[in-house]
Amino acid sequence: MNVTVNNGAAAGPEKAYRIGIDVGGTNTDAALLDSSLRCVHKVKVHTTADVNEGIVEAVRRLLQESGVDAADIRYAMLGTTHCTNAIVERKHLGRVGLIRIGAPATTAVPPLAGWDATLRAAIGPHSYMASGGYEYDGRKIAELDAAELAGLCRRMAGEVDAVALCGVFAPVNREQEKLAGDIVREVLGADMPVTFSSEIGSIGLLERENASVLNAALLQVIAGVVRGFEAALNGFGIDAQLYICQNDGTLMKSEYALRYPILTIACGPTNSIRGAAHLSGLSDALVVDIGGTTTDIGVLVQGFPRQSSAAVELGGIRTNFRMPDILSIGLGGGTIVRPDGPGGVTVGPDSVGYELTKRGRIFGGDTLTATDVAVRLGRAVWPGTDSAALDESACREADAVMQQLLEEAIDRMKTSAGDVDVILVGGGSILVPEKLAGAARIIKPDHYDAANAIGAALGEVSGESERIYSLDDWKYDDVIHDAKQNAMNEAAAAGADPETVQIVSVEDIPIAYLPGNALLVKVKAAGRL
Amino acid sequence: MNNTTRLTSLDEQAVEYIAVGAAVLGTGGGGDPHVGKLMALEAIRKYGPVAIVQLEYLGDEGLIVPVSMIGAPTVMLEKIPSAQQLTKPLDLLEKELGRPVTAVMPIEVGGGNSLVPVLAAAQRGIPLVDADAMGRAFPESQMVTFHLEGIPCSPVTMADERGNTALLHTIDGVWEERLARALTVEMGGSASICDYPLTGAEAKRSAIGGTLSLAYDIGRTLFEAKQQKLNPVQELLTQLDGYALFHGKAVDIRRRMDGGFTRGEAVFEGTGADKGRSLRLFFQNEFLLATVEDEPVAITPDLITLLDQDTGMPVTTENLKYGARVTVAGLRCDAKWRTAKGIETAGPRYFGYDLDYVPVETLAAKGGAAE
Repeated sequence: MNVTVNNGAAAGPEKAYRIGIDVGGTNTDAALLDSSLRCVHKVKVHTTADVNEGIVEAVRRLLQESGVDAADIRYAMLGTTHCTNAIVERKHLGRVGLIRIGAPATTAVPPLAGWDATLRAAIGPHSYMASGGYEYDGRKIAELDAAELAGLCRRMAGEVDAVALCGVFAPVNREQEKLAGDIVREVLGADMPVTFSSEIGSIGLLERENASVLNAALLQVIAGVVRGFEAALNGFGIDAQLYICQNDGTLMKSEYALRYPILTIACGPTNSIRGAAHLSGLSDALVVDIGGTTTDIGVLVQGFPRQSSAAVELGGIRTNFRMPDILSIGLGGGTIVRPDGPGGVTVGPDSVGYELTKRGRIFGGDTLTATDVAVRLGRAVWPGTDSAALDESACREADAVMQQLLEEAIDRMKTSAGDVDVILVGGGSILVPEKLAGAARIIKPDHYDAANAIGAALGEVSGESERIYSLDDWKYDDVIHDAKQNAMNEAAAAGADPETVQIVSVEDIPIAYLPGNALLVKVKAAGRL
Repeated sequence: MNNTTRLTSLDEQAVEYIAVGAAVLGTGGGGDPHVGKLMALEAIRKYGPVAIVQLEYLGDEGLIVPVSMIGAPTVMLEKIPSAQQLTKPLDLLEKELGRPVTAVMPIEVGGGNSLVPVLAAAQRGIPLVDADAMGRAFPESQMVTFHLEGIPCSPVTMADERGNTALLHTIDGVWEERLARALTVEMGGSASICDYPLTGAEAKRSAIGGTLSLAYDIGRTLFEAKQQKLNPVQELLTQLDGYALFHGKAVDIRRRMDGGFTRGEAVFEGTGADKGRSLRLFFQNEFLLATVEDEPVAITPDLITLLDQDTGMPVTTENLKYGARVTVAGLRCDAKWRTAKGIETAGPRYFGYDLDYVPVETLAAKGGAAE
């Protein structure tokens, strides 16, 4: 961006707009925020089979309906479920050649152990174990064998779209991964994409390996996302800095996202939680996000989503990511209600999804949905529809089931027996009655149905610090303080307002029982643009 | 403890249950059960289900050998053993003793080591004994009931993944610990080891029987509680006759590598009924001491285990992260550990904590912890 201080002042802060877009399974939401982060306008369109069409439509309507000049948009943020869907549905994944560098160690558990057949098939047959790897103290387990690696690459030639390299103790020393990467590019071409496990995750070979393979498999998916987003914005004459949302509530520049698509996984729930915090002004509450197909419940703790303490599974694959702690249940606006189920009314878990306005009863369709029930009971008014023909007692029965589903889910996510504030967001919020057991207050903030897009637009810029300290020379507290300070400086250097920078995560890995007590410390900090 | 199952063979489902149960009994240590589980699953897929034998059916003259991994759990999350690494020390031991191994067993039921012998049993086609020498996990190799019974640890055999092997004749378990640990450091922080080779008669006398079945039952209880939507922590504590010492959230975790161990401490802020109080947890691979407001609530050799408040799943020393919401549970150790020699070997003073061992049930009665 090339804006002089004078121009910026003359334009006035209210003219520096940002667009946030959140692509979910059912809907694509977009919001336009002014420089004080007030929501100026929002739109909701169906997520289309070609996801980019929905994004174009959302931006088009946002500009047209708000009357804001495309030239005044400085930032554009995209949170998308493309990558999650690709893994869950095993669609559009690239074929990956995996080389684990660690033999003769690690052979008791071969690569991709625990992967199901469909995901293995999507990745392809090229997974190998090659000589190499490091000890915890930096010694080599074995030398890298260039001829062996070149041979493996030749076996993959023409049958892989990307290569993932995962060396034992690569987070401590990435040298062998880099050397192996050079060999991969020599044999398979300089433009062969390579994912290095040392850039993806920390200690935990199998989880890091899994995440690296998934990252490599997603490279084409994210390239399509970024290209589509750029083209959509360019088409409207928007010349903004592009950011892609990560699952910890921070942003990455689009050129960075092209290499690390795995970091976008599950950013949707994070965006909703961050948006809910912003819109409600609360910093501690449960956030209940009701979409078309599911309800995602997260916990807002001091303004950020609570992280899950369990190992995170993606499409059935164990990884070592930190992810927001989300409970997802099959209840949304399009959830199918069956009045004649075995043992009475049943609700879901299947949904008509984006076909709600075609298949829902009040829209003239033949399928009774959760939305039909809510409208029939007067909880919401949907202009131009008629719910009078629906059986009220069946609807009441269905409503009781839905309420119980929600109350149980809220109870499971609470940290204590006492009632908690519940922030309701998402288009499906109309399903919820005025009172729920376990909820002290139910808050439905303005723009509740665009919390995810607003959360995307709020996204903060992060900075990271990764350094090895010797605990013989440093006190632990000083180490952490220094690492935090470095990360905060990095965030500020990346464009974050220093006043708003906060620590997002702190991770320390003792890497040796060497003399010197070495400690690898990773800190991430983030602040507002 | 309400231990009802008596396993006769180990299939993939049993491995899944034991992995979870072993982590509960592992009191945070013993290595990541996940890696041990994957090794065992791989072995069963390749060689078929593994036969399990109960202690009482062992022939008195048989050669029973514990097989385990020694080293730092952090290392084993990263440097997984080689496929040949677990039978190498068995080969060397047979050569030294001049007779074949008739069955293998876990040295500790805790963590990954409970399932490590599965690969060796599967590769050799010999049974696995439903027993161990701790009834939990401990950080040092002399902390076994065999040592309490005066059974010699030697000959000891070790192997790394490269093919290096070592044969040790040490005068006692403390020297085994010292020498084996030094070799482990040189081997890269983890090694496979066979020690305390036993006759069947010695195993019957000194091992703690039925512990793999116990781990299986714990795992099954947690899975079934989840299926039936019961409170898994409550179900488990009822089954094990254990104590909920504290409910809290991890707010500070400090780990350091020191002499081959992951040592450190963690602080938990109370939630629910424990709001306003804090618990300190001290560990050396395993959780060894828990104090609330500086008063001990559970002391080694009793078991201290962390259970995820929502799922009841055990949380290990390695996987404990800031913000984890857990119930800190206390369980009685096997009676063999509550003897003078047991406490001398694995009690608080051995680990450098300046206090006397008091059984967890006595502390609970004093402090009013909920059973």
